[in-house]
Amino acid sequence: MKGQKNKDRLATVMMLILFIILAILIIIPIYTIFLASFKPGGDLLQYGLNLKIDFSRMSFDNYVLLFAGKHEYWRWFFNSIILTVITVVLTLIISAFVGYGFAAYDFKGKNVLFIVVLIILSIPLEVVMLPLYKQMSTWKLMDSYVAVVLPFLAHASTIFFFRQYLLGLPKSLIEAGRIDGATEYGIFVRLIIPIMKPAFAAMAILNGMNAWNNYLWPLLVIRSSDKYTLTLGLNTLINPYGDNYSLLVVGSFFSIIPIFILFVCFQQYFIEGMTAGAVKE
Amino acid sequence: MKSKKNILYSQKIAPYVFVFPFVITVLLFWIFPIINGVLLSFQDVLKDEWVALDNYKRLLSDKIFLKAVYNSTKYMIGTLILLIPFPMFFASLLNSKLMKKPGLFKSIYFIPALTSVVVAGTIFRLMFGEMETSLANQVIGIFGFGPIKWLKKEWTGYFALLLIACWRWTGVNILYFLAGIQSISTDIYEASAIDGASKWQQFTKITFPLVKPTTVYVLTISIYAGLSMFTESYMLWKGNNSPQNIGLTIVGYLYRQGIERRAMGYACAVGLILLIIVMIVNLIQLKVTGTFDKEER
Repeated sequence: MKGQKNKDRLATVMMLILFIILAILIIIPIYTIFLASFKPGGDLLQYGLNLKIDFSRMSFDNYVLLFAGKHEYWRWFFNSIILTVITVVLTLIISAFVGYGFAAYDFKGKNVLFIVVLIILSIPLEVVMLPLYKQMSTWKLMDSYVAVVLPFLAHASTIFFFRQYLLGLPKSLIEAGRIDGATEYGIFVRLIIPIMKPAFAAMAILNGMNAWNNYLWPLLVIRSSDKYTLTLGLNTLINPYGDNYSLLVVGSFFSIIPIFILFVCFQQYFIEGMTAGAVKE
Repeated sequence: MKSKKNILYSQKIAPYVFVFPFVITVLLFWIFPIINGVLLSFQDVLKDEWVALDNYKRLLSDKIFLKAVYNSTKYMIGTLILLIPFPMFFASLLNSKLMKKPGLFKSIYFIPALTSVVVAGTIFRLMFGEMETSLANQVIGIFGFGPIKWLKKEWTGYFALLLIACWRWTGVNILYFLAGIQSISTDIYEASAIDGASKWQQFTKITFPLVKPTTVYVLTISIYAGLSMFTESYMLWKGNNSPQNIGLTIVGYLYRQGIERRAMGYACAVGLILLIIVMIVNLIQLKVTGTFDKEER
């Protein structure tokens, strides 16, 4: 019995060592950019990113530049926030509406439509990107946030997730709603939405992350720099002119922070939501 | 007026109202562009003429395009090899009763997924700099190797790309597998332990077969993401031009032809070939894993 205990302890220690090494490897890239945010931008061009700490060359200059300098960073930051919020709110409402339709009813054509959801799930957006881009310019939607958001509001993977989540829903709940005289939409709004909160939390974070980090599609449809999102703006800084590298480093590091704070606050919710979806499979 | 309202509110019509936003989205933003893409792929858009299959014929003998297909496929295979077995194994360890603080590790491993590819690509580009002082060269320096021009050679560039993928997705895939593993009843493990199964046997005989739905899911999204990768390479090489196109992907080529050179017809043909490749690979994958057999319900 004692031998087993020692063996267990050894296993625990070995696993801890493995996972701590993995954690260090995963943190290193973020740590290097954190360090670099205190180094002059020129150093980055000259030495690359590394783990060197040289206090004589480190300062808060980049942060001063970030908060007080003349640049468009905060405009981009604000744009990203607006775009992320709009995307998340609209995507969740619309996808939940559709997902409920798939989960709660049997209707003609449902199977075909659901197969369409599955097919779209497995088609890379890049396939339709160019024709879609042309379409946006024909519709005079170029350089607008409508073009960024509109094509993806009824989001296949979000619909799929909500549908899976709602499949386990007791039909008696809907029946009870009907007996109480609620309309079909009233049932959705008053009975279903409240019980979908964990699913909303999970999808809000996933869609929010995607919107915050989205790059290729906005790159195609956004033209003017005052409409740039953070990712588009940051990427314009990689030309080594002026203070660009200083702003790039500190700005990149800072762009992780809002989403990191959200993650720290809601991670349990997020992981629970994800687990709930997978278990229903 | 009232009867009209009643129709929309009836139980027969309501489901169609619910799925309507999806139907309209599919028509406007998927089916319409795909048809358009097919039509465009038979045209030379710059000269505004129909060229039948010329674009496709040209593509099949276009060395740079074939290089892009090769690169994307190589990348996809690399991510499958690294991002499925390891996360599955890590997840089963993290799920073990002997593991301390699994939640903390889960959270830490998830952090890279929070960074955008733009930021991640920039970080890795600078870590894989050519100078002796860049992190990658410092690390190999410890083992006595001289500095390498990582992003100028095919295999070292490939390594950097895969490392970005592993860095960003290991944690996410661990979460997927953990969810899958936790849905397996603990009774099975307990029963097998009584029968004298080792931990390794439990992993290969219980965990591995029973997380198959999760594996199929991760496989599907990895194939899709691997074949359509673009931004990682775009960031790592600071644009769409890498030495000898070592970082060029299918979508990179689509972007180069369609946006940079305005050869919309040719680029649409690239897009459709990407679609066909993804479909074929996924069909094979679903067939091999036997997902079709039970999906019909």
